[in-house]
Amino acid sequence: MRKFLSGNEAFAEGIRLARPQVISAYPITPQTIVVERLSEMVEDGSLSAEYVHVESEHSAMSCAIGASAAGARAFTATSSQGLLYMAECLYYASGGRFPIVMMNADRSTALPWNIYGDQRDSLSQLDSGWIQSYAENAQEALDLALMSYKIAEDKRVQTPYMANLDGFVLTHTYETVDIPTHEQADRFLPSYETDNRIDLENPRNMAFSAGPDTNYIFKYKEHEGILAAREVIAETEKEFAEVFGRKYTGLTENYRTDDAEYIIVTLGSIAGLCRETADKLRENGVKAGVVRIRYMRPFPNEEIAAVLKNAKAYAVLEKDISFGNEGTVFTNVNSALKKAGVNINGYNFIGGLGGRNISAGDIENIYESIAKGTESVNFIGIGGEDNGK
Amino acid sequence: MYEIIWLGRGGQGAFTAAKLLGAAFTIKNDSRYALAFPSFGPERRGAPVRAFTKLDTKPVVDRSQTEKADYIVILDDTLYSPQLQELLKPTGKVIVNSKNSIDGALNFDADSISAEFRLPTANTIMLGLLIGLSEVVSSDEAVEAIKGYMPQKIQERNINALLKAVQEVAE
Repeated sequence: MRKFLSGNEAFAEGIRLARPQVISAYPITPQTIVVERLSEMVEDGSLSAEYVHVESEHSAMSCAIGASAAGARAFTATSSQGLLYMAECLYYASGGRFPIVMMNADRSTALPWNIYGDQRDSLSQLDSGWIQSYAENAQEALDLALMSYKIAEDKRVQTPYMANLDGFVLTHTYETVDIPTHEQADRFLPSYETDNRIDLENPRNMAFSAGPDTNYIFKYKEHEGILAAREVIAETEKEFAEVFGRKYTGLTENYRTDDAEYIIVTLGSIAGLCRETADKLRENGVKAGVVRIRYMRPFPNEEIAAVLKNAKAYAVLEKDISFGNEGTVFTNVNSALKKAGVNINGYNFIGGLGGRNISAGDIENIYESIAKGTESVNFIGIGGEDNGK
Repeated sequence: MYEIIWLGRGGQGAFTAAKLLGAAFTIKNDSRYALAFPSFGPERRGAPVRAFTKLDTKPVVDRSQTEKADYIVILDDTLYSPQLQELLKPTGKVIVNSKNSIDGALNFDADSISAEFRLPTANTIMLGLLIGLSEVVSSDEAVEAIKGYMPQKIQERNINALLKAVQEVAE
């Protein structure tokens, strides 16, 4: 069924189809609509779940962990300061191998206080042991909501999943979305079965401590779990295409990169405008391409190296800055290239902080400046700095 | 791409109209695409708000605010200013809900129609006027959108008001 929905509403529809058994919620702009819609679904009986309105984000994640430890499929959602406030619990969820799904509406971090979109909240949590996806549009958001549980709950992965949607630009923008049927969704996503739960018949130790003699083994296992998601994401997308007819391209999505000389690597909802700008520049003979990173964890090391190796230069465009260094996505992309022995000129463009618009003109400028060569780290609207080049 | 900018005050339903138009454009046709979004930020009753509808026959990927519109639809005439003309395409038009004529804009007394149908706001009437002038969607499609996306108890009055507005333009 086609409906005209916002990103938040589309994600909520995807979660309804995934049939979570426990939803813990604490509202925060621009995430609020997703938990409001879910509460309405529980109220009208179209979703059978225990809906817990908790007193904080720290409690929202704690509640989801408790539910998952009881063997339930759990969902929560947050944004910005809420994500940071629950940060302590993110590590409990991943270390405990609880395959919780959380939607994060990407929003700037204080101070100055600002409710608009950027990606500094979720990118600050790359090391928390969660899978991280970044959607471009409302349809992909709905589809990721469905795929997320299948990926997170896979025995090889058993890792929580953070689905990121750009605040406002994606969460509050309405577009046409195809909503699958419950029959299709049930065929794709079976109910959650796990041994990693409290069971009176088979008592086991959970959420324990581990000293220096064994701790590193658990951490290595966590690492292996996220790495295994690479393969599981590929399998899940294949099954998804068979059931729903929509195809996805794994950890990255490439656009006109086969013969591209200049490539912008980016993530989230700005990718569409990058593609449109690349099309326009190609009409003038500039061989422009776009790589959209769909997953920051597991990170697409091989994919990035393979697609960039024949380019003349690349730019990483991100709504993030790790103060005192550069954008975190840039750091990750550069590491992928270094490991693969790819040595081409790369430049970082920081834009969209605190919801600032990134225009088609800004994107054209990026292509132009990487063709000529520029500073290594460039703040759109301010300028560049030769940071360690 | 066809682009409409909506101006209103918080509570007047400018974004609802923007959304209904997007829904109407895509409701019966799978090869049409639309985006609708409000000016983002905190919502305050009475404060000026903008909303945007983008319509195309291919997926709309530019999510930035419209810089050149085919129509600017203004629900409250205190929000009109001559500078808005800079946001129009060369063929673009401004429609204002006003009892008074305004240089450079088409004015309609939509409030009198909303009074007739006991509606607190003129958003669906301005949508009807836009449809009548632009024919970007049919009245049928707009009626379907109201049925699909407005609360049931206010559907009938809004449908009748919208159809009356479309009729006014035809006359």
